[in-house]
Amino acid sequence: MSDAMHDLTLTLNGQAHAIRVEARRTLADALREDCGLTGTHLGCEHGVCGACTVLMDGQPVRACLLFAVQAEGRAIRTVEGLAKGGALNPLQRAFAENHALQCGYCTPGFLMLGTAILETDPGISDEALVEALSSNLCRCTGYANIARAIRAAADAMSTEGAA
Amino acid sequence: MTAMPATMRLVGRDVPRVEDAALIRGRGRFVDDIAPPGLLHAAFLRSPHAHAAIAHIDTEAARALPGVHAVFTLDDLAPHLNDTRLVVALPSPAYRQELHRPVLAQTEVVHVGEAVAVVIAESRHLAEDAAALVEVEYDPLPPVADCVAALEPDAPTAHRDASSNLAAELVLEYGAVDAVFATAPHRFAEHLSIHRGGSHSMECRGVVARPDPLEDRLTVWSSTQTPHTAHRLLCDLLGLDERAIRVITPDVGGGFGPKLIFYPEEVVVTLAARLLGRPVKWIEDRGEHFVATTQERDQSWDVELATDGEGRILGLRGTLVHDHGAWTARGVNIPQGAVSAMPLPYVVPAFRMAMKVAVTNKVPTTPVRGAGQPQGVFAMERLLDRAARGLGIDRGEIRRRNLVPGERMPYATPLKTRGGMQVVLDSGDYPRCQAMALEGADWAGFPERQRAARAQGRYLGIGVANYVEGTGRGPFEHVSVRIEPSGRIVVATGAAAMGQSTHTMLAQLVAEQLGGDMSRVQVIAGDTAAAPMGIGGSNSRQAVLAGSSAHVAATRVREKVLHVAATMLEAAEGDLEIEGDAVQVKGVPEMKVTLAAVARAVAGTPGFAIPGGRGPGLAASEEVVIDAMAYANGTAVAEVEVDAETGGVTINNLVFAHDCGNALHPRIVDGQLMGGIAHGIGNALFEHMRYDEEAQPTSTTLADYLLVTATEMPPVRILHMHSPTPLNPLGIKGVGEAGVIPVPAAIASAIEDALSPFGVRIAQVPLSPVDLLALIDPQASGSAA
Repeated sequence: MSDAMHDLTLTLNGQAHAIRVEARRTLADALREDCGLTGTHLGCEHGVCGACTVLMDGQPVRACLLFAVQAEGRAIRTVEGLAKGGALNPLQRAFAENHALQCGYCTPGFLMLGTAILETDPGISDEALVEALSSNLCRCTGYANIARAIRAAADAMSTEGAA
Repeated sequence: MTAMPATMRLVGRDVPRVEDAALIRGRGRFVDDIAPPGLLHAAFLRSPHAHAAIAHIDTEAARALPGVHAVFTLDDLAPHLNDTRLVVALPSPAYRQELHRPVLAQTEVVHVGEAVAVVIAESRHLAEDAAALVEVEYDPLPPVADCVAALEPDAPTAHRDASSNLAAELVLEYGAVDAVFATAPHRFAEHLSIHRGGSHSMECRGVVARPDPLEDRLTVWSSTQTPHTAHRLLCDLLGLDERAIRVITPDVGGGFGPKLIFYPEEVVVTLAARLLGRPVKWIEDRGEHFVATTQERDQSWDVELATDGEGRILGLRGTLVHDHGAWTARGVNIPQGAVSAMPLPYVVPAFRMAMKVAVTNKVPTTPVRGAGQPQGVFAMERLLDRAARGLGIDRGEIRRRNLVPGERMPYATPLKTRGGMQVVLDSGDYPRCQAMALEGADWAGFPERQRAARAQGRYLGIGVANYVEGTGRGPFEHVSVRIEPSGRIVVATGAAAMGQSTHTMLAQLVAEQLGGDMSRVQVIAGDTAAAPMGIGGSNSRQAVLAGSSAHVAATRVREKVLHVAATMLEAAEGDLEIEGDAVQVKGVPEMKVTLAAVARAVAGTPGFAIPGGRGPGLAASEEVVIDAMAYANGTAVAEVEVDAETGGVTINNLVFAHDCGNALHPRIVDGQLMGGIAHGIGNALFEHMRYDEEAQPTSTTLADYLLVTATEMPPVRILHMHSPTPLNPLGIKGVGEAGVIPVPAAIASAIEDALSPFGVRIAQVPLSPVDLLALIDPQASGSAA
C-alpha cells in the first residue's frame, strides 16, 4: 500500500498543512494524526454519531466518512479554529454557561454543527433546531441544554450585531 | 427548603465547571489524544463464532507483513503472566462455577468478539491488515443464545467442559411469604421480559501503555472508571511492584458503567509495550464496542404480588433469570441490584425473590447506568399497575397507600445489601415526592385530556413509577488536600472523572473552605501516582464518598491555616478568614498573610521551630468511611401518545420529581438527571442489543442500535426535594444514575394506559413500534409475519 501515498495540502482553520497520506486515510484520521488537531473526535466511524463533524466550505460534514484526499482545496474548519486569539466565541461561551456538555466528547461535533446552524440560519425555529441537532449523538446531556446554548448564542450574536 | 446552607458561597451554587475551558476549545486529552513518540498500534483478532473450539492458530503470514512488530497469542504471553485469567469477581456465596475470563482465548471461544490474538504494528491500519492474515481454525460448538433456554436440562453448555449453564443462584427473602400468599385476598401475577442494552459512551474504550526506561516504570493511560483496580490487577498479572506501574485515567468520554470493568485489552496492551519496549496504543472502535464491551441485556421475571382489598401490599415473590454472558466480569450484582430495588419505596411485609444467573455465549454482562435497578422498578411498578386495575384503584393512589411514609424515616427494612449490611432508608418523604410529580403532571386532569383525545381518535396515556436508589456505595474514597509553597491548592483523589463534573465538585468543596477561588485549586483525579488508594467511579458514589473526604480534608487544612496564620499575624484565630490567596483579619483586609507565606512558614527551616506548634505542612488526607448507603428517591410521570396505526410513541411530557438530599451544584444535578432520563427513554423505546438464535449479534452499528437523539426528547420538568441524609457531613446522596431508573416503567405504564381500549398489557421493554403493533392487533401482525 506504500505505493499509494498522496501528497496533499489541507487548509485547516485558514492554515495550510502539507501531509503525505495513504488514499484510505480518512479526513478525521488526517486531522488527528497528521495535523495534530485532536479536538475532532471519533465516536463510531460509520457516520451516525456526528462526533467528528467539521465544516467543509461552511457545510457540516462527517470527517470519518471523507478521505483526506477529498478535502484538498476545500476550506476545513475544526473546533480548534473557533476561539479567536484565545477568546471563546459566543457559541463556546454559551455551551459552558448552559451546561451543554458533560464529558465533552461529542462537544466539538456539536459546536461545529451549531456553528453551521448559526451561520446559515441564525433565526432558526425551535423545531428546526431540534431537527438539525438530531444528526449528532450525545449520551450525557439529553440535548436540551445543547439546544438552549445554540439559541443563547444566536441571541447573543444578534444583540452584538445590532449594537 | 434550600439546596445547601445559604452561608456557603460556592457549594450549592451553579459555579462554572472547571472542565469546560479545555473541552470547548478541543483541548481535552482523551486516551486517543495521547501519542508518545515511537508509538505502535494494536489490533485485536476477535472470534466470529459464538462458541467454537480453537484447533490451530497460524500467525506466520501476519508476522511477515512489513510494519508488523509482533503477533501475540496467549501461548506467547503466558510465560510473562502470573495468571492467564482475570480474577475480578466480586465476592459472593452465590457462584456455582468459576468463570474467570482469559487474557486471550486459547482453546475455546465463548462469544463473538472474544479476543484471540493481538497484532502490534506501525499503524492501526497495518495492524488490522495483519490481523486479517492470522488464520484460526475453529470447530464450531453448539451456542447458547438465550438465558432461559440455557437452564433447560438438555441445553448445550456455553463452555464445553461445564456441567451446566448455572453461573450462580441466590435468594433474597424475609417474612413468611408463602403463608401470606396462601391467605391473601388478592394475588396478581406477571411474566416480564426486560432488556437493557449497553452503555454506549460516545468515546469507546482505549489503552495506551508506555515503558519509561529512565524511571523503570510503565505508564498506562486507560479510559477506565477504576484506575486503582486496573493498577492492582496489572501489578498482580505482570508480577511488578506498585511503583513499577502508574495508571492514569485521562479525560473520559463517558463511562456509564462498563468502563469500571478491567478488560483483557488493558493487560495485553501493557504487556505488549513491556515486551517490545515501545509505547503501544489500542483504541476500541464502535464495532468492537458492540461485541467486546460489557452490556446489561436480558432478564426474564415471574413475579406475584399479594394485596388486601384496599391494595395494601401483603407480600411479593417470584423468580428471575439473568443473562450473565460467557464470563464473570463483575459478579451477580445486576440481578441482586434489580431484586433489591423492587420493594424499596414501599412497605412490603414479606418478600422472596429467587434468582438464577445463566451462562450464555455472549459478551459478559456488568452494570450499565442504573445497574439492574430499572429492571427491578419495572417489575414492581408493573405489578402495582396490575393490582390497581384489578382492584379498581387509581394507580397513583395504590402507590400512595404503600409508599414508606415520611414520618417513619429512618426506616429499617428487613433487606440486606450485598455486603450483608441492613438496608435503612435514611431520609425522605416518598409520598410527598410522588404528590409533587402527580401535581406537576396534572395527573388529576388527565382523564379529561384522554377523553378529549379519544374523541378525535388519538390515544393518550399517562404512567407513573417510583424508585428508591441506594447511592454512595462505600466504604470510602481517598482525597488529599495540600497547599503548596506557591499558595496553589492541590487535590488528589482516587475518584475517577468520566464526564460527571468530578473536578468541579471537588474544587468547589475545597475552595469553599480555602479562600473561595476555584481557579487556585488543581484537582488530580484518576492517577495512581497521585493518590495511594482509590475505588473509583460506580454506584453514584463519588460526590458522596470523595465529596465527604474532600470536605473533611479541606476543613482540617483550613483549621491549620488559620492556626498558623494567627501566630504569624498575632491575631486570634476566630478573627481570621481566608479570602482568595490570603488569610486576613475580618474587616481589616490589609492585615493579611498569603497562603503561600503560611505554606512556606510551615515547610520547615533547618534548626528553627515550626510556627503554630502543630507540625509541618498544610496538608490533610482523608478516607471518610461511610458503609451505609444514602437512599435517594423519586417519581417519574410520563404522558404519551401512541399512534395505533404505526405503533409510534410520542412522549408529550415527562415530570421527574426527586430527592437527592442537598445539591452541591443544582445545574449539574439537573444535567445528570437529564442524561439518565434520555437513557431511560432509550431503554423504554429504542435500545435493543439483538442476537440471533446462533448468538450472533445483529445490532452492531449505531444505525441498528438506536440511541435517543434530540428529536425523541420530550419536554422534561424536574422537581426537587431536599432531604439531607444524616450519613455524611454534606447531607448529599448520589444522582448519577437516578434519571434512568423509573423512566422505562413510567413510559410502559403510560403506553398501557393509552392502549387500554385495545386491552394491551405491557410486560416487556424495549417497546418498538413493531412490538406495539403486535400487541394492538396480534392477529394482523401474526399474518404479516
